[in-house]
Amino acid sequence: MAEAHSSEWAFVLAATARVAADLDLAEDCVQDAYAKALVHWREQGVPRRPGAWLTTVATRRALELRRRADVAQRKLPLLVPEPAEDSVEVFPDDRLRLVFTCCHPALAQEAQIALTLRLVCGLSSAEIAKAFLVKEATMQARITRAKHKISRSGIAYRIPRLADLPERIDAVLDVVHLVYTAGHTAADGAELTRPDLARRGLDLARMVRLLLPDSGEAAALLALLLLTQARQAARVDDAGQLVLMEDQDRSVWDRSLIDEGLALIHEALGWPAGRFGLMAAIAAVHAEAERWEDTDWSEILGLYDLLLARWPSPVVALNRVVALSYVEGPSAGLEALRSLADDPALATYPYLASTRAELLRRTGRWDEAAAAYEEALAFTSNAVEAEFLTRRLRRGA
Amino acid sequence: MGKYLVMIYDNEAAWAAADPSVAETNHKNHQAFAEANGAALRGGAQLGESSTATSIRSDGSGGFVVTDGTFVETKEVMGGYYLIEAADLDEALSIAKQVPSPMGGVEVRPIINGG
Repeated sequence: MAEAHSSEWAFVLAATARVAADLDLAEDCVQDAYAKALVHWREQGVPRRPGAWLTTVATRRALELRRRADVAQRKLPLLVPEPAEDSVEVFPDDRLRLVFTCCHPALAQEAQIALTLRLVCGLSSAEIAKAFLVKEATMQARITRAKHKISRSGIAYRIPRLADLPERIDAVLDVVHLVYTAGHTAADGAELTRPDLARRGLDLARMVRLLLPDSGEAAALLALLLLTQARQAARVDDAGQLVLMEDQDRSVWDRSLIDEGLALIHEALGWPAGRFGLMAAIAAVHAEAERWEDTDWSEILGLYDLLLARWPSPVVALNRVVALSYVEGPSAGLEALRSLADDPALATYPYLASTRAELLRRTGRWDEAAAAYEEALAFTSNAVEAEFLTRRLRRGA
Repeated sequence: MGKYLVMIYDNEAAWAAADPSVAETNHKNHQAFAEANGAALRGGAQLGESSTATSIRSDGSGGFVVTDGTFVETKEVMGGYYLIEAADLDEALSIAKQVPSPMGGVEVRPIINGG
């Protein structure tokens, strides 16, 4: 049942939403179908196609409720075909409709993320609230507001028009990326990661890649997440302490994820590299280095230059500084860091101070490095990262 | 199909500082917009500048307070509008993107009742 929930939810809800023409109604019907399945499957066994079974039950209920509402309001009965098991064709397009609706740019990005986790991944408001450290009532209100806007403002349950498609795909990929990164390094708390959120992000990336086979960026995003996820087990040691990539045991890196990611990148090479294409290429350079010393930093620096030229952002600029410091040395890195120091977007960004600290440490300017570690600590809310910074401080003292 | 109000918000100071030819071009652009989107247009108008606005608030006890000026003080004020009909928000947005608004932008709101 749990498996049917995570693997079939998006299928079932997406198809039901098309029939129900109402997201709330669709959600109720799908939840109802899962409840029925709980009883039915125990008695009769799991059907050959659980998703089709659930979709049939949920859409039938949706049609019934809609017909009832229509009779009550308009006295116009709908002709309801009797769906039998396996007769409902579940087009993957329905999931695409659902994803594009959840990630509509007319919705605030935090609402897009919440809706996607709720409607596409089937997470409860409580689970989403916990993942983003807000009160459940706040998350519930955010989701309700977003659904209300969808129906009131006429956000259609459809695949965007061709002219809008690139922009709309970007919005979807951004949401998937943000879900993953929120899981990859938790903004707060005792654990470095939120593995469940990272897994949902990866699942979403796989789904979007499947639904948008012609999008190079969708392939690139999946590759990026696979290559990042591959290093997951090596990021924390047995004692729960953060391990920088420099010190990671690369034999722990997940080879099968790396192979899958690299294959996707090679497949995507023909496309003009987009934002995620370049980020994936950077991750690939790391993945292909057998040892830290083998890392091709010139290649990485070149990729960051391309990234920065087309999608300038202070965070990318900061990462470029790190690459530069391995090509031209830590002093050159410190020099380049100066222009970023006053960027208001980075004012409370802990990685700005920690990058400066690392560069100062590598040039042997320990007193200044210690001050920078202290500064980074002040902005870090993740306990594992804070512990790492404290260790660095102690080691130098 | 639904109806949407496209409200044009402008920085009046920018308009006041602009060369008259900018307003002339803008006028022509609006005519071109109206011609190109005639099928979707249900109405539209240019409003007098905000200095001509009068606001009325009910005083809570059956009376009114009438004041000079716009309802909300903002740098960008509503200078005109179009009422359009569109299949969905995406279509409404694609029409709204064509509305000339060189000194600001537009806000799109669905019409819920009437219109």
